Amino acid sequence: MATVEKPATFVGTRQLRKEDPELITGAARFVDDISLPGMLWLGVVRSPFAHARIRSIDVSKALELDGVVAAYTGADLEFAAPLLMAWAINDQVKNPPHNPLTKDKARYAGDAVAVVVAESRALAKDGVVAVEVDWEPLPAVTGIREALADGAPILHDDFGTNDAGSWSIAGDSPVPTRGPSAPFFDDPDLVKIKEEYSLARLIPNAMEPRGVVVDPNVAMGEYTVYSATQIPHILRTALVISNGIPEAKLRVVAPDVGGGFGSKLEVYPEDAICLAVAQKLGRPIKWVEERSENYVATLHGREMLQQIELAATRDGDLKAVRVRLTVAMGAYLRLVTPGIPMLGAWLYHGCYDCEGYDLEYTNVFTNTTFTDAYRGAGRPEATYAIERAMDTLARELDIDPVELRRKNFIPTESFPNYTIASGLTVDSADYHGTLDKCLEVLDYDAVRAEQRTRRDRGDRKLLGVGFSTWIEMCGLAPSRVLSALNYAAGGWDAATIELMPTGTVRVLTGVSPHGQGSATVFAQVVADQLGVDYDDVEVLHGDTATTPFGMDTYGSRGVSVGGVALHAAGEKLIAKARTLAAHELECAEDDLEFAGGNFTVKGTDRSVGIKALAFSSWTAHNLPDGMEPGLQATHLYDPPNFSWPNGAHCCVVEVDQDTGSVDIVRYLAVDDCGVQLNPMLVEGQVHGGVAQGIAEALFEEAIYDDEGNLATGTMTNYLVPGPPELPSFEVHDTVTPSPTNPMGVKGIGEAGTIAAPPAVINAIVDALAHLGVRDVERPATPERVWRAIQEAKEGRS
Amino acid sequence: MRHVSLTVNGQRTELEVEPRQLLVYALREQLGLTGTNVGCDTSSCGACTVLLDGESVKSCTVLAVQADGCEVTTIEGLAANGELHPLQRAFQEAHALQCGYCTPGMIMAAASLLADNPSPTDDEIRHGLEGNLCRCTGYQNIVKAVHAAAGA
Repeated sequence: MATVEKPATFVGTRQLRKEDPELITGAARFVDDISLPGMLWLGVVRSPFAHARIRSIDVSKALELDGVVAAYTGADLEFAAPLLMAWAINDQVKNPPHNPLTKDKARYAGDAVAVVVAESRALAKDGVVAVEVDWEPLPAVTGIREALADGAPILHDDFGTNDAGSWSIAGDSPVPTRGPSAPFFDDPDLVKIKEEYSLARLIPNAMEPRGVVVDPNVAMGEYTVYSATQIPHILRTALVISNGIPEAKLRVVAPDVGGGFGSKLEVYPEDAICLAVAQKLGRPIKWVEERSENYVATLHGREMLQQIELAATRDGDLKAVRVRLTVAMGAYLRLVTPGIPMLGAWLYHGCYDCEGYDLEYTNVFTNTTFTDAYRGAGRPEATYAIERAMDTLARELDIDPVELRRKNFIPTESFPNYTIASGLTVDSADYHGTLDKCLEVLDYDAVRAEQRTRRDRGDRKLLGVGFSTWIEMCGLAPSRVLSALNYAAGGWDAATIELMPTGTVRVLTGVSPHGQGSATVFAQVVADQLGVDYDDVEVLHGDTATTPFGMDTYGSRGVSVGGVALHAAGEKLIAKARTLAAHELECAEDDLEFAGGNFTVKGTDRSVGIKALAFSSWTAHNLPDGMEPGLQATHLYDPPNFSWPNGAHCCVVEVDQDTGSVDIVRYLAVDDCGVQLNPMLVEGQVHGGVAQGIAEALFEEAIYDDEGNLATGTMTNYLVPGPPELPSFEVHDTVTPSPTNPMGVKGIGEAGTIAAPPAVINAIVDALAHLGVRDVERPATPERVWRAIQEAKEGRS
Repeated sequence: MRHVSLTVNGQRTELEVEPRQLLVYALREQLGLTGTNVGCDTSSCGACTVLLDGESVKSCTVLAVQADGCEVTTIEGLAANGELHPLQRAFQEAHALQCGYCTPGMIMAAASLLADNPSPTDDEIRHGLEGNLCRCTGYQNIVKAVHAAAGA
């Protein structure tokens, strides 16, 4: 490999990652790598039943084992409050108390009922097996429709229903829509389509399972919690509430964290339990999840039933969109479970202009693992519905799906800051530009010609092409908006920059990356801004003891909120340095220009470097009157709007009519995430996101059997794709800066996962449309594709 | 307890292990070599891949007693004389890792692959690494990195 010439500027370059040296050599420290003197291992006794009353729990046989130190049931471990649920979407929300250890009954297979504490990992496991629970199995319900049916088993007896509450745009949105949808659906001159999609339940599968280590100092009442989490700051606040420890005495550390995808954006029973046990025993406690435990104990995502209706003119002018969702909550509401569908609620008309818009969703309890945020959270669901429905509308109207999209795109000249039909305001976009680029790379006409040729020849392998012109709202989120949505916290973030006496730079951020590469891009930003060397910038994150209080990493907010906070802190730091430079150079501040790390008196060669200023600010021997010593700055940034990335993805598939198997021939992604700080990392995010989106479309589905057992309970039967199952991706971009922040950035973490599923399914349906196939339920397994072909042939599709 | 003799990353090591002790936990918890990660309990993910007498194995599927008398190479033993292994360099340069949890196992599996097939095609790389899962990268840059290391 050639060595890279040091670039003049770092932002916008493919800077290699600061994170990598420890990760490629095995020197990283994940939670499971932490061992402390006197540490005990904790194992969790979980319900084997989806729904069962606890008659009694006998831990005596576990306690008889050598090396088992303690065992606790829900009756033995006192908590100050149930686990925090932070998003009561409106007054109707039904939020059952979620105790870390359930006391009355188990509500899903995997529900935690007791814990065993022992001298080793293996002994804790032996102890778990020795605990005897006398269960009274109850009828269970795992399907959304079944849970709402009369006579269904009720999860939370106090509610008398599994309906967890509803939310609607008309009744609950803080911003008005352009108009109601009903008049358009009542208009006899308009064409209407009505689609129903069933979205499979997904298991996030971050490669690192979760784990918790708690280090107590009981004499001082101080506790350090090491958790494989995306949200150390939020988790600390949540544990203060559940465990009753003063916030200043609780430190939460997210060490190296092996992926999250939303699954570690959570406050879990095990976090609170390990802390409570450490409080009780005064010894360090460690719990590490096994993968099959992860499948039942870590959040799931996506499962919902969608109904989407479109009304359009005969020539393809979209007039209204109406949506009805029924969403699986699982057994409990976790941190933000009931609000997940809301994150997509304004996006079901996609990047298309229309006049009428309505959406309503109903949340439902089922005897399954709780659901919550999984990469994209609400927005992949919205994009799937509108992008699939647009293809159906195109076929109904006999218009090319590309032309239908173009006809309805919000025009480029509407921006910046265009208020869309659902009521939110989109910052900037050029939907035509991204789609044009996609078509150009694809050579659309050639693909269509090949498709016709194969059909005409009677080939068994048919070609299909599918598009997804997606948008999202990310950069979660403006605090005032969150308030209006009944979310319990703010959406700002914080950064501190310290210029050290010897000239190196320490950056402290409130976001908590776990694979994104934020330390790299933040160092790029600061190196350019302050004119210092990239290698001289250290970025610290994920420790509540060292970093400013922030709102952590999820929702593509690392750069669009955390990065913008950092940039603002840099401006403050430069302002102070300028005052000090003017003092030292005996000139007016306006006479100084700052470039390459030096303040120079305009038109002269008199200058002082920012590192020299750092040293003199630290000695404080000669500061202007009233100036505080030190050269550091902190900024808390609350974004005034969401950021709105978008793009055009295209998938070309080959479908074998005889076997139903699907091969992805090409996958093109043209994404616009605004200004790119490090294109290499942007590509990486697109690759990984698209991979997860393709997996969602073709492979992955968590399946419960009739009794509520997770039938896909291990990695052997839940199909996380390996290297042979995925294609190479063709990744391109357009750049439309966001006008919302001075860096012009938007966000890219969720793009691929949002865009890919409808592109893939649209391609499969496109390949088979001439046979009469209108839909293939996802994941589009060979069996499902084959059945769709047979049913179409029999005229039942 | 059973006595086991191993040569780990070139160092002769004597261990007392429970018969049920898995090689991965002997490495991680008894020898402190925490670079080898555990990602599943069904031998599916490959995060725990190490070299056993030069061949890649999933160390969660090998009992420590089975490795008695063997040479084990883990991610910590791959760099020689302070120089990164070509695969380690290539993984960084091709951005073939994000969270990095699968990376040690992926690199060890790739080392074994290249030992058997010094200039693999894309397809051979993808099939050669089929026992190793990554959730972050979509594999494209991993394939690129293995190519680069093969040419190094």
